[in-house]
Amino acid sequence: MGLLSLAIWVPIAFGVLLLAVGRDEHAPVVRWLALLGALIGFLVTLPLYSGFELGTAAMQFVEKASWIERFNVNYHLGVDGISFWFVPLTAFITVIVVIASWESITERVNQYMGAFLILSGLMIGVFTALDGMLFYVFFEATLIPMYLIIGIWGGPNKIYAAFKFFLYTLLGSLLMLIALIYLYNQSGGSFDIAAWHQLPLSRTAQTLLFFAFFAAFAVKVPMWPVHTWLPDVHVEAPTGGSAVLAAIMLKLGAYGFLRFSMPIAPDAAREWAWLMIALSLIAVIYVGLVAMVQKDMKKLVAYSSVAHMGFVTLGFFIFNDLGVSGGLVQMIAHGFVSGAMFLSIGVLYDRVHSREIAAYGGVVNTMPNFTAFALLFAMANCGLPGTAGFVGEWMVILGAVKANFWIGLAAATALIFGAAYTLWMFKRVYLGPVGNDHVKALTDIGSREFLVLALLAIAVLAMGLYPRPFTDVMDTSVAELLKHVALSKLN
Amino acid sequence: MIDNISWLAIYPEIVLLTMACVIALVDLGVHSVRRTGTYVLTLLTLAVVATLQAMYASSGNTFYGFGNMVVSDAMGNWLKCFATVAMMVTLVYGRPYAADRGMLRGGEMFTLAMFSLLGMFIMISGNNFLVIYLGLELLTLSSYALVALRRDNATATEAAMKYFVLGAMASGFLLYGLSMIYGATGSLDIGQVFKAINAGQIKHQVLVFGLVFVVAGLAFKLGVVPFHMWIPDVYQGAPTSVTLLIGGAPKLAAFAIAIRLLVDGLLPLAIDWQQMLAVLAIGSLLVGNLAAIMQTNLKRMLAYSTISQMGFVLLGLMSGVVNGNVDATAVENAYSASMFYVVTYVLTTLAAFGVILLLAREGFESEEISDFAGLNQRSPLYAGVMAVCLFSMAGIPPLVGFYAKLAVLQALVASGQGLYIALAVFAVIMSLIGAFYYLRVVKVMYFDAPLTASNVSAPADVRVVLTLNGALLLVLGLLPGGLMALCADAVVRALGT
Repeated sequence: MGLLSLAIWVPIAFGVLLLAVGRDEHAPVVRWLALLGALIGFLVTLPLYSGFELGTAAMQFVEKASWIERFNVNYHLGVDGISFWFVPLTAFITVIVVIASWESITERVNQYMGAFLILSGLMIGVFTALDGMLFYVFFEATLIPMYLIIGIWGGPNKIYAAFKFFLYTLLGSLLMLIALIYLYNQSGGSFDIAAWHQLPLSRTAQTLLFFAFFAAFAVKVPMWPVHTWLPDVHVEAPTGGSAVLAAIMLKLGAYGFLRFSMPIAPDAAREWAWLMIALSLIAVIYVGLVAMVQKDMKKLVAYSSVAHMGFVTLGFFIFNDLGVSGGLVQMIAHGFVSGAMFLSIGVLYDRVHSREIAAYGGVVNTMPNFTAFALLFAMANCGLPGTAGFVGEWMVILGAVKANFWIGLAAATALIFGAAYTLWMFKRVYLGPVGNDHVKALTDIGSREFLVLALLAIAVLAMGLYPRPFTDVMDTSVAELLKHVALSKLN
Repeated sequence: MIDNISWLAIYPEIVLLTMACVIALVDLGVHSVRRTGTYVLTLLTLAVVATLQAMYASSGNTFYGFGNMVVSDAMGNWLKCFATVAMMVTLVYGRPYAADRGMLRGGEMFTLAMFSLLGMFIMISGNNFLVIYLGLELLTLSSYALVALRRDNATATEAAMKYFVLGAMASGFLLYGLSMIYGATGSLDIGQVFKAINAGQIKHQVLVFGLVFVVAGLAFKLGVVPFHMWIPDVYQGAPTSVTLLIGGAPKLAAFAIAIRLLVDGLLPLAIDWQQMLAVLAIGSLLVGNLAAIMQTNLKRMLAYSTISQMGFVLLGLMSGVVNGNVDATAVENAYSASMFYVVTYVLTTLAAFGVILLLAREGFESEEISDFAGLNQRSPLYAGVMAVCLFSMAGIPPLVGFYAKLAVLQALVASGQGLYIALAVFAVIMSLIGAFYYLRVVKVMYFDAPLTASNVSAPADVRVVLTLNGALLLVLGLLPGGLMALCADAVVRALGT
């Protein structure tokens, strides 16, 4: 078994084990077992970094075996500079989520932990699949555990949220399924993504394919105007679910643009780039403004996620090195930052059971340690230099200015909104005098919560201060991708 | 004419018939309330028959018997093998339920089940219009009696009446259509009919006139719109164990006669029947999925879901021939996709009804969706099995139902016809609607609080078979290649001649 297979199947195996044997009577054992699974799952991704060869755009750690012979579907895995970082990121966030849910989940612990472990393996599968059908199977399969996570452990309106999540994303991906089958037939019976990249296609076919993929990925990212499911789902999902959703699941969509839409339909991608850029700018500016007026912390962070993902898609569709690399860096950074933001809200929610901004005020007085972390994450969310949030946004804005000054200007202006809604929320929740009795009764974070937040804080700072390891890995693959996209594939 | 080959072609049928008679007699001496003796003997017989069929099927040979009256080919033998296994599973799931409801006062359930299986065998291996018709009648007559088995129950009796009246009408349609074609071609033998039509000497109008009735008759048996009216009523009204018996294995036989009649016999008329199937499929997908949303009774919901699933099977059946050109790859793709779809559908249906039967207790039917509330808290295992079934029916990977839909969609898209691709998109949108009502049941099982805290207990045989059934759905979802290859191989061998 190769490393990538291990990264996928170790968490899934532990997840299935938990589902099979876990009972609430021995919840402590279940938790430790889940942690063990998540840790091993994370550890097996580390040799990937040491073994990753820089300076080549070729797929690495490739595994290939026949899976469904009849349709020539292969179990074909591999990573390049574009997908590499998402593998350890997914495994890392899973470890964080397992620790963060240690005490807050007391019912059906085994199913909760099992669902997250299985989800982790499936998401790594999405990032590493090099076969179109394998990708689709992983992509869709992630819906099942997430649906259950939201529906079982979610908030009061969880059922609405779970259905909205499932059906909204399913609609998009079904159109992608037709696109995949079409490509299979066009390429003479192959689901190999790399072969699809080379396949000449007519303008009409490319346009239709581009929009079929757009339906799947734009919903997942989510881009304006199909973002409406995200705030509803985030508000109702349990803390861990929100963290994984924001940190990893949204990236599945953005990753899809780079792996499918742009290289398979490059002419259509260039032709419709204006639309993508326009939608991205609306996301960063308009959704940023929407975030400002939210009363619910989770909703605010959810809208902020939409705005940040707008930077990602903006970067991709300006077609230059800085833009695409910036988009990728932003994806990883947002993984850490949004995960951290949701977990911070979770810390407060566990104590007060409210997500309303108005229910807090002056938290710094009772929870000084926690507030320090929250401040760091808030700053990272605004894109303060020295934090992870800065690097990607800055690269995207530079790339945008290079492509077109006005786009760059619009994107840069949006940063102000980001700072505004984040800091205003921070001020209302954490600063000022103690707001009410609930806040007065708060106790500061314990060692477990400290560990979780500290790990994320280290990641946020490390990435902000020294982003080289991230960009180095990406450079060659991104350059190769852009070279490919610049060529016409019309036949 | 009756030579060794002829006997060889129907050995399994002979075993089944003999044992059905023997078991009917033996049962007179069985006094156990649960008919354990009869039950074990029946399962043993079916196991022997299934093994026999599997041996025939894996040899892959095609041969004819009784002057071309019957055919033994890979496709038919695999279908018979699966039908036998499905019948065994049905009996395992259904026995406790039937015993609790006084349906096992005599051993009729087992005997009738074996006769209905025999009917399916004859349908599947029939190579002659009349043989197929006789098989169909044997199956349906046994089914009428089975539905009415709970004779003191008003809804069951009503369902039996409806089933009988509509079923008889459907048989009449089919017979009328077949007689038209007989009149036009002068033969009841499927191969001869094919040759006669292919020669192009026969008046097209007469053939199409007969074809309409044949398709209508088939549509009744498959239960597709607009001939679907009996399905919801019979599914809901019949005792659940009998619902499974009607809704499971017979679908395999219905698929087989569709292939025998439409493909083996009437392929030269493909352009005509494809249009009819397209209309039936669109109607089924639309009505099945939309009507299922409104149901509160799980059995009725599954009935509508069946209608929509059969719509998918029809889509597969209609995509084999493009513009009247018979292309080997397209034929293989399309019919093997349909076969895979039917086989996996039966497997899923078995597990789903298995859970419904399991939850039913004495005096409590457990057929409302709300009866499943909080099942996950009462029994994670059975809730898991049911969830696997539902996600599979909704076509979510990595469950086997997804690959079934994929194969059908691929057959449609591969035709390259704009209309077919549009149909594929339509089918996909309908399955999104379908996902909603399947998810609703998952929601009830996982998100709602249980109404009773009682544990779910099951006899050992049911527990083992149900767990295996659920696991098989998952395993086939991870490794669907084997069954797909088997279906493709069977179709190629059967239609290659």
